[in-house]
Amino acid sequence: MGDPLRDSMRASLEEARKKEYAALIEETKAPPPVLKNMVMAFLVGGLICLIAQILYALLVGTNLNDKDAITVVLLFLIFCGSVLTGLGVYDKIGKVAGAGSVVPISGFANSVVAPALEWKTEGLIAGLCAKLFSLAGPVIVFGVTGSVILGLIKYLWLLWTGGVP
Amino acid sequence: MIHRSSFLFPAPVYIAGGAAVVGPKEGEGPLKEYFDKIYPSIQSAEESWEKTEIAMQRDAVNLLLKKTRSEDRRVDLLLGGDLINQLTITNFAAGERDIPFLGLYNACATMAEGILLGASLINAGYIGSSVVVVSSHNATSERQFRYPTELGIQRPSWSQWTVTAAGALLLSSALSKIRVRGCTVGRVVDYGVKDANDMGAAMAPAAADTILRHLSFRGQSSDDYDLILSGDLGSRGLDLLKTLLRKEEILADERFQDSGRWMYFPKQDVFSGGSGAGCSASVWSSYLLNCFREKKYRRVLLIGTGALLSTISVGQGNTIPSIAHAVELERV
Repeated sequence: MGDPLRDSMRASLEEARKKEYAALIEETKAPPPVLKNMVMAFLVGGLICLIAQILYALLVGTNLNDKDAITVVLLFLIFCGSVLTGLGVYDKIGKVAGAGSVVPISGFANSVVAPALEWKTEGLIAGLCAKLFSLAGPVIVFGVTGSVILGLIKYLWLLWTGGVP
Repeated sequence: MIHRSSFLFPAPVYIAGGAAVVGPKEGEGPLKEYFDKIYPSIQSAEESWEKTEIAMQRDAVNLLLKKTRSEDRRVDLLLGGDLINQLTITNFAAGERDIPFLGLYNACATMAEGILLGASLINAGYIGSSVVVVSSHNATSERQFRYPTELGIQRPSWSQWTVTAAGALLLSSALSKIRVRGCTVGRVVDYGVKDANDMGAAMAPAAADTILRHLSFRGQSSDDYDLILSGDLGSRGLDLLKTLLRKEEILADERFQDSGRWMYFPKQDVFSGGSGAGCSASVWSSYLLNCFREKKYRRVLLIGTGALLSTISVGQGNTIPSIAHAVELERV
């Protein structure tokens, strides 16, 4: 202490040591099994989509119109995601499938139900309800903001090209 | 070199006994026969995970007092800690007892911190005995530090599995088989690791720093010990620790082991190994004491390792400060 030259030498030595360590921890990290993860995400994600598509085809065959059929399919996926989360299965699927089970809407249901289950011990209002969107909140924020911006762009585009807004 | 806060206890301090209570996953691991009680579920008969963890602390101390034929009124001091905000678990568990209490937080190094403080007070003659109890619970920790347990996400191979367990030790001035010979108080070391999943890498430099300081204080080398046992570095952290020590020309061989790696079989899907305050606490107060009784080891250096992160520090993008305390044990 007190000797500025020694202090600065010590600081630069410390800096060099930290840099060296940062390089060491990067090179000793086992790379994630990218290929396996991609294949599993494709298979599980694909399977979820396939189930949804089959259900859609069956529903369109009945007297439901196209829009209503899509709504029913979405509700079905949300229902399944929620029930599987409650049964403690969805996290096990997610461990294997990664993005394959996060990206479909059942993954969104999982991200809503998981904190709800976890925080119900803190009460219905301050626990369950308050934490319900703790993970899904950002998705909703970006979703709403994104659609507002896109809607505005569409409106201006139509105004400019002389279409009907 | 001046040795600050490294001490040898001139007055004898002993570990009179230990007890460990663990969850179901730990009860399927290689150390299952050494634990005093295995919970069948991570939430047994209690209405929340937190209350289950409180029950585990209660059971650990009850079993310890029973095994050592002691009772609350004969213990001078209760030292304890856990990982949950404001020591929620320990405060409630300590409230059920008739023992003066100090709450401790050094993350997963809390058991080492407790032994160090209890032994120091006994050595100084202020108290005659102390119970140290430390716990962690996978689900209470996951939901505080990371994500809800049912969230379907993938974790990197270098992450660790928070142990569900409580371990309790009785320190005493009365003669028994295992003596607490000395300690080194660690200093906070931060090598700039930011990944909250990579705690082994964050803690390894702190462990290396404390080991070097303790060996230098004692004028010893690593082969003066039969075992140098870290708390919860995991496979990855232990490898990094050995690399760091070899740079300082320390012989880092098979004598270096990690409690988090001992806790589970590799097939139990725990990534780099066990972590959490209950990890070192339960392994040390069960299996390790048994090794001493079976005369497997004579001199052991325990290195409690703690990653001092919080949800606030991680959220604000800070690095992970880490600490390690050394406790030197000797068979009498």
